[in-house]
Amino acid sequence: MSENFFSRGFRGRRKSELSERLPPGQYLERDFPVLSAGPTPQTPLANWDFSIVGEVDQPKRWTWDEFHTLPRETITLDIHCVTKWSKLDTRWEGVSLETLLAQVATAANYVIAFCDGGYTTNLPLEEVTEGKAWVVDTYEGEPLAPEHGGPARLLVPHLYFWKSAKWVRGLRLIDEDEPGFWESLGYNNHGDPWKEERYWGD
Amino acid sequence: MERRTLLGRLIWQLGEVVATQPETARTKSITLNLPGWSGHRAGQHVDVRLTAEDGYQAQRSYSIASSPEEAPRVTLTVERLDDGEVSPYLTEELRVGDKLELRGPIGGYFVWEAEMGGPLLLVAGGSGIVPLMAMLRHRSAAESTVATRLLYSSRSLEDVIYRDELDRLMKRSTMLEVAQTLTRAHPPGWTGYSRRIDLQMLREVAWPVAQRPLTFICGPTPFVETAAAILVELGHEPARIKTERFGPTGEKHDGE
Repeated sequence: MSENFFSRGFRGRRKSELSERLPPGQYLERDFPVLSAGPTPQTPLANWDFSIVGEVDQPKRWTWDEFHTLPRETITLDIHCVTKWSKLDTRWEGVSLETLLAQVATAANYVIAFCDGGYTTNLPLEEVTEGKAWVVDTYEGEPLAPEHGGPARLLVPHLYFWKSAKWVRGLRLIDEDEPGFWESLGYNNHGDPWKEERYWGD
Repeated sequence: MERRTLLGRLIWQLGEVVATQPETARTKSITLNLPGWSGHRAGQHVDVRLTAEDGYQAQRSYSIASSPEEAPRVTLTVERLDDGEVSPYLTEELRVGDKLELRGPIGGYFVWEAEMGGPLLLVAGGSGIVPLMAMLRHRSAAESTVATRLLYSSRSLEDVIYRDELDRLMKRSTMLEVAQTLTRAHPPGWTGYSRRIDLQMLREVAWPVAQRPLTFICGPTPFVETAAAILVELGHEPARIKTERFGPTGEKHDGE
């Protein structure tokens, strides 16, 4: 707001060598905070599956075991939460959305990720292909903990972390964009941390 | 998701600190006058931005503690984190007459308004009481008679935030019950619980499943995880249980 405003007596932390890896308004977090809107869902792995549905030639479904026959990747990268924390060099393992989406034919432009517990988030298809997004089930070499979205969550690290939907169960391909859970509740429809797209109108 | 709220663009606004009130040794309430405030719903939060003289900025999110009825005054209750960058400034440096930049309200999910009814079950761990206090203050200001139970877990009696006000609210409304538990130290004659929340405690305090309470849980992650899992185990509908957690850093989060 006002150009000349400053907080009397506030000095803040001096910039570190890691600052250039932090998007504007973010601070460095060493722990791994947990965020979710309701109880942690409990789905037995025998009942877990991952589906691609919606605007596709033929819906596709993988059981937990089938999902684990797919080619896997290890990814190390930084994550950024809209609530201001960023965590550097997090290490994950899972299947790229490129690999999963290669199994269907579609003319859709958007995807809605859907999850146990009813959570959804929307993404442009072009932002989850070409090595930009994964379904991960391993964090730092261990099975992904339930409070962090286990057994599997989406990982879309170039967007704020609410896009990396926990307890993900599938993708619904759609022609027209539609807002997901937080996007309907005031969060930005896109969510690029480097542009500080936090809330509606940002 | 019960309603979709169309929000306008959130802009940074400058509020003036009109009162500060120590609540416990670690927490302080800060009341701001915000002439441009558009109002909020109980349970929402704001982003606060501090700017150093050299232009360096830091942002954090804090729960609103005051009821919507108190607008255009807004009260935040902030817990000091010893290694924090923002909370020590807010709790120790900021004083009446200073200005503070914030924007909001943010978060349209972890909210309760009198017309949403109940019965209401509020479960707070530590400073997780703050957004729930906004709900209790709103309930009182709106003269709501929605049957409400609060289960509030603190380390010791000295760590109980809003202690006197909770007593007053409870004495004024027969439809409000407050159960407290102290996990580390309890004074002689203490009649509340003296342990971490567990199945037996929630069985005693929570409404019967058949009454389908609307539940809000806020606190540190392990606390929220435990309380929510127990309520689901007792048969409460997950969709009627809303949670908000703060991580090890103590700042508030309701969505990633």
